[in-house]
Amino acid sequence: MLALPPVQKLLRQLPVGPKPPVGGDVAEELTSPVLATEAGQPACYSALRADELQPLSGPEPTVTTGTGAPPWHDDLKEMLDSNKDSLKLEAMKRIVAMIARGKNASDLFPAVVKNVACKNIEVKKLVYVYLVRYAEEQQDLALLSISTFQRGLKDPNQLIRASALRVLSSIRVPIIVPIMMLAIKEAASDMSPYVRKTAAHAIPKLYSLDSDQKDQLIEVIEKLLADKTTLVAGSVVMAFEEVCPERIDLIHKNYRKLCNLLIDVEEWGQVVIINMLTRYARTQFLSPNQNESLLEESTEKAFYGSEEDDTKDAKAEAAPLAKRKPYVMDPDHRLLLRNTKPLLQSRNAAVVMAVAQLYFHLAPKAEVGVIAKALVRLLRSHSEVQYVVLQNVATMSIKRRGMFEPYLKSFYIRSTDPTQIKILKLEVLTNLANETNISTILREFQTYIRSMDKDFVAATIQAIGRCATNIGKVRDTCLNGLVQLLSNRDELVVAESVVVIKKLLQMQPAQHSEIIKHMAKLTDNIQVPMARASILWLIGEYCEHVPKIAPDVLRKMAKSFTNEEDIVKLQVINLAAKLYLTNSKQSKLLTQYVLNLAKYDQNYDIRDRARFIRQLIVPTEKSGALNKYAKKLFLAQKPAPILESSFKDRDHFQLGSLSHLLNTKAVGYQELPDWPDEAPDPSVRNVEVPEWTKCTSREKRKEKVEKPFYSDSDGESGPTESADSEPESGSEESGSSSSSSSSSSGSEEEEEEEEEGSGEQSEDKEEEEEEKRPKRKEKEGSWQAAPGSAGSPSEEEEDEERAKKAKKKVALQGKKGCAETSEEEASGFESSSSGSDSGSEAEATQRKAPPSSRAVPKEISLLDLDDFTPPTPQPISSSSVISTSLVTDLEGLTLIDTSLAPTLLSPGFGAVRTYELLHRMAGEGLSVEYCFSRRPFPGDQHMVAVQIQISNNTDTEVKSLRVSEPKPLSGMRIQEFPEIEYLAPGETASVVMGIDFCDSTQAANFQLCTHTRHFYVSIQPPVGELMAPVFMSENEFRKEQEHLAWLGEGKLTGMSEITEKLMLSEKYRSDHAIVQQVTSAANVGRVPCGADNEYRRLPGPHWSIPRDGGTAQPKALFATGRFAAKTVTSGSLVLITLEQREGAAAQLTINSEKMVIGTMLVKDIIQALTQ
Amino acid sequence: QDYFGVCSEVMIKDNVVVVYEVLEEMLDNGFPLATESNILKELIKPPTILRTVVNTITGSTNVGDQLPTGQLSVVPWRRTGVKYTNNEAYFDVIEEIDAIIDKSGSTITAEIQGVIDACVKLTGMPDLTLSFMNPRLLDDVSFHPCVRFKRWESERILSFIPPDGNFRLLSYHVSAQNLVAIPVYVKHNISFRDSSSLGRFEITVGPKQTMGKTVEGVMVTSQMPKGVLNMTLTPSQGTHTFDPVTKLLSWDVGKINPQKLPSLKGTVSLQAGTSKPDENPTINLQFKIQQLAISGLKVNRLDMYGEKYKPFKGIKYMTKAGKFQVRT
Repeated sequence: MLALPPVQKLLRQLPVGPKPPVGGDVAEELTSPVLATEAGQPACYSALRADELQPLSGPEPTVTTGTGAPPWHDDLKEMLDSNKDSLKLEAMKRIVAMIARGKNASDLFPAVVKNVACKNIEVKKLVYVYLVRYAEEQQDLALLSISTFQRGLKDPNQLIRASALRVLSSIRVPIIVPIMMLAIKEAASDMSPYVRKTAAHAIPKLYSLDSDQKDQLIEVIEKLLADKTTLVAGSVVMAFEEVCPERIDLIHKNYRKLCNLLIDVEEWGQVVIINMLTRYARTQFLSPNQNESLLEESTEKAFYGSEEDDTKDAKAEAAPLAKRKPYVMDPDHRLLLRNTKPLLQSRNAAVVMAVAQLYFHLAPKAEVGVIAKALVRLLRSHSEVQYVVLQNVATMSIKRRGMFEPYLKSFYIRSTDPTQIKILKLEVLTNLANETNISTILREFQTYIRSMDKDFVAATIQAIGRCATNIGKVRDTCLNGLVQLLSNRDELVVAESVVVIKKLLQMQPAQHSEIIKHMAKLTDNIQVPMARASILWLIGEYCEHVPKIAPDVLRKMAKSFTNEEDIVKLQVINLAAKLYLTNSKQSKLLTQYVLNLAKYDQNYDIRDRARFIRQLIVPTEKSGALNKYAKKLFLAQKPAPILESSFKDRDHFQLGSLSHLLNTKAVGYQELPDWPDEAPDPSVRNVEVPEWTKCTSREKRKEKVEKPFYSDSDGESGPTESADSEPESGSEESGSSSSSSSSSSGSEEEEEEEEEGSGEQSEDKEEEEEEKRPKRKEKEGSWQAAPGSAGSPSEEEEDEERAKKAKKKVALQGKKGCAETSEEEASGFESSSSGSDSGSEAEATQRKAPPSSRAVPKEISLLDLDDFTPPTPQPISSSSVISTSLVTDLEGLTLIDTSLAPTLLSPGFGAVRTYELLHRMAGEGLSVEYCFSRRPFPGDQHMVAVQIQISNNTDTEVKSLRVSEPKPLSGMRIQEFPEIEYLAPGETASVVMGIDFCDSTQAANFQLCTHTRHFYVSIQPPVGELMAPVFMSENEFRKEQEHLAWLGEGKLTGMSEITEKLMLSEKYRSDHAIVQQVTSAANVGRVPCGADNEYRRLPGPHWSIPRDGGTAQPKALFATGRFAAKTVTSGSLVLITLEQREGAAAQLTINSEKMVIGTMLVKDIIQALTQ
Repeated sequence: QDYFGVCSEVMIKDNVVVVYEVLEEMLDNGFPLATESNILKELIKPPTILRTVVNTITGSTNVGDQLPTGQLSVVPWRRTGVKYTNNEAYFDVIEEIDAIIDKSGSTITAEIQGVIDACVKLTGMPDLTLSFMNPRLLDDVSFHPCVRFKRWESERILSFIPPDGNFRLLSYHVSAQNLVAIPVYVKHNISFRDSSSLGRFEITVGPKQTMGKTVEGVMVTSQMPKGVLNMTLTPSQGTHTFDPVTKLLSWDVGKINPQKLPSLKGTVSLQAGTSKPDENPTINLQFKIQQLAISGLKVNRLDMYGEKYKPFKGIKYMTKAGKFQVRT
């Protein structure tokens, strides 16, 4: 302060201008810290008054006028105090510009703060910028603005609320922590998702300001995690990662939701969420590769295990058995993988990288390959991105070489690449080298060696060395190439190749004495010490192979000893010692000479070495026993060095992390946890509290008709809504929200859009829904009574019968929404049938429950329905039943039963036809049958699930039954069933395998192997099995059919139509039979019928009860049945319409994009109906 | 950047405040907040000359006082209430060939990287579908977030609600497995002799498989070895420069006339006393072919739903050289 006056005086003389002169800047910077510290307190109070006092100059001068305030600041202040927004704006712009140039503008603080309440948004924003910058320095003054923010927090405009919160949380003033906390809490329950997002952003800010608030903040995070909007999800996970990454338990409930929302979250949020989920999955799921690694590592052990199995020594076997249990991926794990896969096509490199690391860390080996393509694509972007990606590719390519092999050429090096990139690419190429591609790679390397970039050339030579060590076949070629390089003019190249050759020679020295000789000659020319040392070492090591040359080399070296580098000197001593031991006659004197020279060397290391060696090798009277062993010491076999990639052990860092990039642990890096040995309880994720409340409220709604249907799911997107609306739209697809094994071919996103598009329609439905509700209620009552009256419940036939009865009733109640009810019925049956199997009380309670307390057992069954996770990992999860269609739900039921007890697999019910895969004669007592279970294949929704039933009719056991050498035609994929270790005589095993037929009826050929035999078998799918039923309402069906342009998804273009007339055979006149025939011929879903002509309306033999509801439609002369399905692989729609004309005549229409499938299907159905 | 056209130091200096405002919106405490340029534009309007004039007169500001409704809606990339008098949608299919050609003229690697850049100026909330004649060509695709992925998976149709203005709809990759037609060839004869300090240099560029289109904007650059002092060259067409400091030779050829192939001939003078460089320089090539997508990709049709008016639709194809290198 004392030193200032002269400068300030000087300043006064300077002209007042809009742009501060340079001198002013200096003074400015000098003054302001003083102001900030000393004048802080008074300025604060004066500024309080200053709000009223115009202009501000009154109190301020007490500090500044004494020394003279910079005049141009007065100018700014005046502008700030003016009434005109434009002037204020101009002033603020200049101030912000000052900040941007790194000048201190803090003495304007009071004047600026006043404007925080300014109406003009731009001024306000600039004030915010200013505040955030200087608030920490002038805390007391900043407090003045707080009230404005608090007012802003209540503004009706969400943008203002959000920005107020942002600035408030950015002001790092400890006093206002409670205010911030309050504001965050309030904002977390704000209506606007944007404000909630801002709240999530504010959390880490507050946390860094005051970490004591952690507990409260975690509460807020927990609350926000439950939020369903995509906008919030990313930000809150960010906050979660910042504040409490260890609280993994908070994620459980939201896991599925996050997975499902992921694709809609904004890009940066996706990155954070994916990273978090990677960590989560590593703690919560079992390693998908554990089986393979177990097999690889200890095939022996496994074999013993199976031996012991014979003895049925169950106790001792418990542990290994548990391990050998076929690994079945947790459905949630699968869900994560499935939902992240599309993100590989994101335009954002960070997202792609995040997904790639997720796959690398979490996916089963077979599936990791999908990321390669996307990563190769990233190589096209900026060199920074390239660098990071290549680092990661390098790490991955060590572990999973096969993944990148097809893209080998993408890693070829261009002369324009920066050196780092070149070296990384080289690394990748080296990792990818194998016997088949090594020749091309080496040819590439040859071009690289001639590059101008010498670092790169050196790296290439090393890479050649590594290729040579890894692939024995090309070792000689490499060596020859490298020896040729020795005559290169560039010293660096020669030196590098000498070093590499040395390493290579060490592996097989005997055959290469020529090369050693050649190298010995080189000592005259090569100057690089490292290379000279290497040559000397080589000669010394293999002096027996070159007995004549070695002493000569030593002689030369002895001559030039004094001029050599230290490293060379050491090797000369080494060589001398070795020669002395092997060939003492010729080299004794030389050795003495060298040792004498070394004795007086400047370097103590060399002196020491000389002394040591002299004692060791030159026999004196004092020298002890060591002398005898000298030869052993010096000429011991040395193991060949292993040339390894520097990326070898990098994979213990999480890929894509900074630590991985630097190969050191960075601050804040969180170790990727190892896979757990035992799967943690998967049910923790089931407890989706909000979902439950919804579900129960849905139950309640059925009882309380008055309650508006959409009351609580309004305006919310996300799983809950889709779960809620699922039955309405009649589509099962969105079931993915909770039942992760659903066969959804459409996405949730589509679903949502569809709903938006059909807002009106859903309203209509809503109304109908309400009309219908009482009816359904009474029907439910009747249904509830039915099982009560039914007899022995333990038998499945009983169940089926009951199901039929109930179904009839449902059908009679037939309305638009019948899908919903019957689905619930199905779920009821589902649980009850499984209950009858296991003998649990669930069914009993259900039966006994009086209609009044109906809701209770219902809820239980729903519990099972939505979140049923099999206690033991079993490929057949009964929740998949949900996704079978209305018509096939009964079949689904039988399927469950059959899967539990395969012998009951009876074609009697019509739907499931078994085919023979291997006759017992051909299979030498092994007979194999297969059927199409019509369930979505759990691993891959594009695959058709084929249930294979293997029975052993021999009198010896069959071991290690497995599929081998699948020879799929182009595009076909086969997911083999887990190996059956053992099948006792007379026993039957049932497994499920998945085949992707690519929507063609081509047979899938593969071998079925036992421990002794191989059988060639093939599975040819009937066309009807290549599809999966789709649920759609009649309206939708029509729309699809009429090619109507629809805002959302689902328009079909170029749909072809095939129409065929047929005469129905006698026995299939009844609609029920028709439905059965059609559904057994093809895996299609019945379209729930609308108000007009339809089978169930027709009085048939089965439907003798007249319809209720008083619809006065005349009996239709002909009826129409509609069925819909999607082909499994490509997901194209197949729509079937069957119109029944008078008498036996009928017309069959099939609409499908796939002509072939359409025509074949027509044939099949006609055949089924006319037989 | 969308805001200032070119991103240069001067630009940033001139528009400090806007940059500040934009960054302020984009980041919150280091966490990305809103990075979609459409939304940013709605929050803070980009400076235009017209607006500057209007602002000074009316005193209004660059900052939008409306809410960025887009961010809150289902389509966060599109701002609401877009209005145009001329409704138009342009799509540019641009393909770049990355290739390495070896000494003898055979292709070592060649891939095609393509992008579809769109400029969509449509009123309201249009829903567009774009279908290709041969979608199977596209091997690896990455989309703008607006594209509905499922639809692509199942039907190979791009269905999207476009953002307003310029954006990159998708970028794709046609893999090396498919044969890539290389539209140009380079004949070269570069030799240095050990004895003299002079070397010969000769390049000829000619069209190869261009499907009848002319190759334009041809530019040959080559990084000469350090030992090269100067080059005396005469081009049959175009202009050439050689920078003795960076040793960069560039030859702007222009159009290739198939009847009269452009060539560049001359001598290279080397530093006396140094041995001849052991590597011949690689030649980098740039070119452009209008109205051709070298992979053969064709857009089949573009449909619009959701709005009543008829938009003007345009599609342009172009092939460019990406990292096109000829080793010599």
